[in-house]
Amino acid sequence: MLEIGIAHYLTLAAILFTIGVFGIFLNRRNIIIILMSIELMLLAVNINFVTFSAHLGDLTGQIFTMFTLTVAAAEAAIGLAILVIFFRRQGSIAVEDVSHLKG
Amino acid sequence: MIPYIAVFAPLVAFVLAGLFGRYLRPAGCQIVTCVGVIGAAIATLFLFVDVVHGQSPMILHVMDWITVGTFKVQWALRLDQLAVVMMCVVNIVSACVHVYSVGYMQDDPHKGRFMAYLSLFTFAMLMLVTSDNLLQLFFGWEGVGVASYLLIGFYNYKDSANAAAIKAFIINRVGDLGLALGIFATFVLFDSINFADIFAQAPAKADEMISIWGYQLHGLTVIGLLLFIGAVGKSAQLGLHTWLPDAMEGPTPVSALIHAATMVTAGVFLIARFSPLYEYAPDALQVVCVLGALTAFVAATIGLTQFDIKRVIAYSTMSQLGYMFFALGVSAYSAAIFHLMTHAFFKALLFLGAGSVIHAMHHEQDMRNMGGLWKKIPITYALMWIGSLALAGIPFFAGYYSKDMILETVYADHTGFGLFAFWMGIAAAVMTAFYSWRLILMTFHGKPRGDHHTHDHAHESPWIMLAPLFVLAAGALLAGTYFYHDFVGDVAQRAVFWGHSLFVLPENDTVTAAHHVPSWVKLLPIFVAIMGIIVAYVYYIWQKDLPEKTVRAFRPLHRLFYNKWYFDELYDALFVKTAQRIGQAFWLYGDRDLIDGYGPNGVASVSKRIGTWLSAFQSGFVSQYAFVMVAGVITLLLWLAFRGSLLGMG
Repeated sequence: MLEIGIAHYLTLAAILFTIGVFGIFLNRRNIIIILMSIELMLLAVNINFVTFSAHLGDLTGQIFTMFTLTVAAAEAAIGLAILVIFFRRQGSIAVEDVSHLKG
Repeated sequence: MIPYIAVFAPLVAFVLAGLFGRYLRPAGCQIVTCVGVIGAAIATLFLFVDVVHGQSPMILHVMDWITVGTFKVQWALRLDQLAVVMMCVVNIVSACVHVYSVGYMQDDPHKGRFMAYLSLFTFAMLMLVTSDNLLQLFFGWEGVGVASYLLIGFYNYKDSANAAAIKAFIINRVGDLGLALGIFATFVLFDSINFADIFAQAPAKADEMISIWGYQLHGLTVIGLLLFIGAVGKSAQLGLHTWLPDAMEGPTPVSALIHAATMVTAGVFLIARFSPLYEYAPDALQVVCVLGALTAFVAATIGLTQFDIKRVIAYSTMSQLGYMFFALGVSAYSAAIFHLMTHAFFKALLFLGAGSVIHAMHHEQDMRNMGGLWKKIPITYALMWIGSLALAGIPFFAGYYSKDMILETVYADHTGFGLFAFWMGIAAAVMTAFYSWRLILMTFHGKPRGDHHTHDHAHESPWIMLAPLFVLAAGALLAGTYFYHDFVGDVAQRAVFWGHSLFVLPENDTVTAAHHVPSWVKLLPIFVAIMGIIVAYVYYIWQKDLPEKTVRAFRPLHRLFYNKWYFDELYDALFVKTAQRIGQAFWLYGDRDLIDGYGPNGVASVSKRIGTWLSAFQSGFVSQYAFVMVAGVITLLLWLAFRGSLLGMG
């Protein structure tokens, strides 16, 4: 029988994190996907926290996860709000069109 | 006290008129400068009595200037007979010109500045002639150069005047380089540049060699030739003469004072001053003699064909300077200075007379547009006659004594060079008489050829312009007779007059020998002068078609003379164009391509290229930034993780 151990959790988290990273890099279409990718990376980190919390028998990690979730929710809300305003201004949320930082 | 007034009064006048002219107003400037220079002239006459008649030359120490090791230079006034004679010429002619300028420049808005420059010139010239060492002489030499530059370019709204001023300045730089090198050579050979030391040591150094680029050359000849190059530039001798005719762009009083009577004779003075040295450098003297003879001849031929009244007189000046130089070349220093003095009077008279004509004709200078003026301006006409008679060397006028003396000395020299100079001088004498009367006849006789309005309104100049002319005319009439025996008489009389200021070896004493030349030599100059005058009458009064016919018969020769022997064209092709081309090359390839290309522009373009390349990193895409950040973090982590093992292996 396959024992589901710490390595599996960490691998899952790593895969999720990598998907998130590549979601940011390779995504060309719209900014919402970037926000989603950031959520995904945060969740991957949360899984790591919880995994180690369970593994080490220390609750601190799980408590920290709660904080992270809260912050992530707030961040998502702010991000979406910015996005809405940005869309009103630009009429587009395609990533290619968002390059005002260019010198 | 008197010597200081004679030398420094013009300086004071210059400072007052030059720096405070704004407060003095033009009239104040005119008064200050005239008083200063006339005062100096009167003081000089007293000085002449003291020094020359009292036979008491003196050296006044003013102050120390430079002391470096054995090199000692002082400001001092060397008031010997030669210097005082020169001071008389300078101050008297200058005083006349100052007074004349008050009338001549009355309509000029900048007459205060003009008077200040004239005084500056006078002071610089006095510094030159009274100097006791070569450096002070150089100071005066450059000072008159600057004043000449300022005055030639006085009409600075005229491009031609500016060009002429720059031309005069640059050509004089060539000569001045020679003079400067001469001073260096003198210091090398004598270890001093004070006249007293040089002249005392000259006989002892007569056989000394000087080493230049490994060549052993006769020291005194080298010095003599280098100083002569300076004289050639300043005195407009053949080769460096092209600035003098162009200098006629300046106001006419300037031409009279600087470019006829005084500054251009500085070269003659320099060589006469260095007679103790030149006497031991016979080779240098021969060069002086030949170049002087050529100048006298060439300038006279050009003078025959010119139409600008001032240019004719300018070439005549150059020609007469040639006479002085070939006299110097046969050791007849006193004869050269004698001609210098008489020439200063009659040439200043001619120039100021021409200025009076130009003034009457409302600034018309072309003789083809004059004619028939003698009834309109009879006084000027009479004065021009006196000047021309003196210039042509008609008996009992000043020029007769000095010019004949010069021709006799070169004949008496009995060398090939002397005879060459003699015949060149005779040829120039014919031409001198011819072009002088050509000038008079074209200007004053015949029918008015110019604008009727101008002719009808031609008027005699005011008395303030005529009075100085009478002073100069008196000089042109009497200076020859009065000073003949003192300047160029027998040995004893000359020794009394000149003291030790001029030095001639007994075997080179051509002036004494000149008193014993055959009588045809004495009469020939008078004869050819009268011939020249008669020919001029034939050409311009009796057979008026002759000039045209002659020009047609000798067209190539006329073209050569009319175009001044193509010296300007030659120099333009040789030097001016070359200098321009070199300058162009330096500008294009040196400055623009090399210095700018690799310097400021190069650095700028490299940093711009780097900037462009770097700015590509700032794409504005947040995802790229994030990627770089993550990639960076990973690299950093990997490095931290494996650092230990990498370092451990190392």
